[in-house]
Amino acid sequence: MNVPDDLRYSESHEWLRLSDDGTGVMGISDHAQAELTDVVYLELPEIGRSVAKGEAIAVIESVKAANDIFSPVSGEVVEVNEGLAEAPEPVNEDPYGAGWMIKIKLSDPAEVDSLLNAESYRERLA
Amino acid sequence: MKQSPLHQRHLEEGGKLVPFAGWEMPIQYAGIVAEHNAVRDAVGVFDISHMGEILVSGEGAEEGLNRVLTNQVSRLSDGEGQYTLMLQENGGVIDDLILYRLAEDSFFLVVNASRVEEDYEWLTKHLGGDIEVRNESDAWGALAVQGPGTGDLWEKISPSVSLPERNGILRPREDLILCRTGYTGEDGFELFAPAAQIESWWDRIREAGATACGLGARDTLRLEKGYPLNGNDLDRIHTPLEAGLGFFVDLEKDGGFIGSEKLIEQKASGPTHRLVALRMTKKGPPPRHGYEVRDETGEISIGTLSSGSLSPILGQGIGMAYLETRYAKVGTSLSLMIRDRRYPIEVIKKPFC
Repeated sequence: MNVPDDLRYSESHEWLRLSDDGTGVMGISDHAQAELTDVVYLELPEIGRSVAKGEAIAVIESVKAANDIFSPVSGEVVEVNEGLAEAPEPVNEDPYGAGWMIKIKLSDPAEVDSLLNAESYRERLA
Repeated sequence: MKQSPLHQRHLEEGGKLVPFAGWEMPIQYAGIVAEHNAVRDAVGVFDISHMGEILVSGEGAEEGLNRVLTNQVSRLSDGEGQYTLMLQENGGVIDDLILYRLAEDSFFLVVNASRVEEDYEWLTKHLGGDIEVRNESDAWGALAVQGPGTGDLWEKISPSVSLPERNGILRPREDLILCRTGYTGEDGFELFAPAAQIESWWDRIREAGATACGLGARDTLRLEKGYPLNGNDLDRIHTPLEAGLGFFVDLEKDGGFIGSEKLIEQKASGPTHRLVALRMTKKGPPPRHGYEVRDETGEISIGTLSSGSLSPILGQGIGMAYLETRYAKVGTSLSLMIRDRRYPIEVIKKPFC
């Protein structure tokens, strides 16, 4: 499984890429997309919504099941990957790139420290 | 939890195992959509070892089965099969199954995994003492080979044995039963062999080019054709007439069958509900079992989906629900509630595609 070194991960298999401007982009890990397979529908949050760390922020659906996606950090939704609503395939094909889902302005950047680093996340998957 | 005789193969093939009717079975291997398309375009193989096999034989078996099952057993000649249902006295469905006539007064029944014990007890109770009912479900492993490439595949594997005719059964030797049926709407057959031999059949069929398919694709394939799943679309409350299965119910049979009085009554007065096929008219989340159906305005709750899925072929959400007949007309606009949001759906004619 691909687990890029420069990202942080949640126990529930979301990833977060932190920027210098205090925002973070999130999506789901390669492991998560492989477990789900065949993502056919994605319900993303409204821009401006406030979310708490661990709160359900989106719904991802495969043919077989609907699953919640949880926000890895607290903050405000500032952007979503609109294209995924029409065509969610990038979530499977490129989960860390074109399959990004939500950009969040972090309200408490210190929360990032509680997320797993790549090495710890790899251990969880082992 | 029971394990299939193919359990080891499922692990080797990367199958995702889930609990189903008391069994640990693969829901998918590579992915439901790819497996679904393989069956529509080429050929796929499913492990159906969880399904039940019951043998009924002895003098009076035909007459006895005619009292317990809805379809006309006497219409079958040796080597022929029919879809049929087993009902409670109130007309509700215990099970839907395929009945094959092996020889005079000798029948092979393929029943749902979740109903094996119940079917066996019901048959034992309602068939006379001279009729032998044997539950051989643990002895047999089973595969379903489905798709337009079925004939070519079988030709590669076993050119000396021809497949039976549509809906037919063939037992070319003691340890092999072939039935030309399936649950996908495609050409195909079900193969029954002793549990210890089923791995080698699986390997031969896989090597001949069939895609390994799980229960997920089995469900989307059957739903696209509007075939009911017992426990979802068939239950103890609704009758086969409400389910739209009147074709498999012979109300003219001499002496009737268990549940027939109720069905005759219902036919005369007209069923109040029907199992309707529904299609989402706009893009939305996949419909699922249990989602609420409302009228067009979204104000009146009128039922819940008994089955639902994204159709891989249509790329649209499809489902079925028991609705009052006034909502059952083809073309009726209704609403489907998903996570408190209303999505438009319409009643269409089965099959979906």
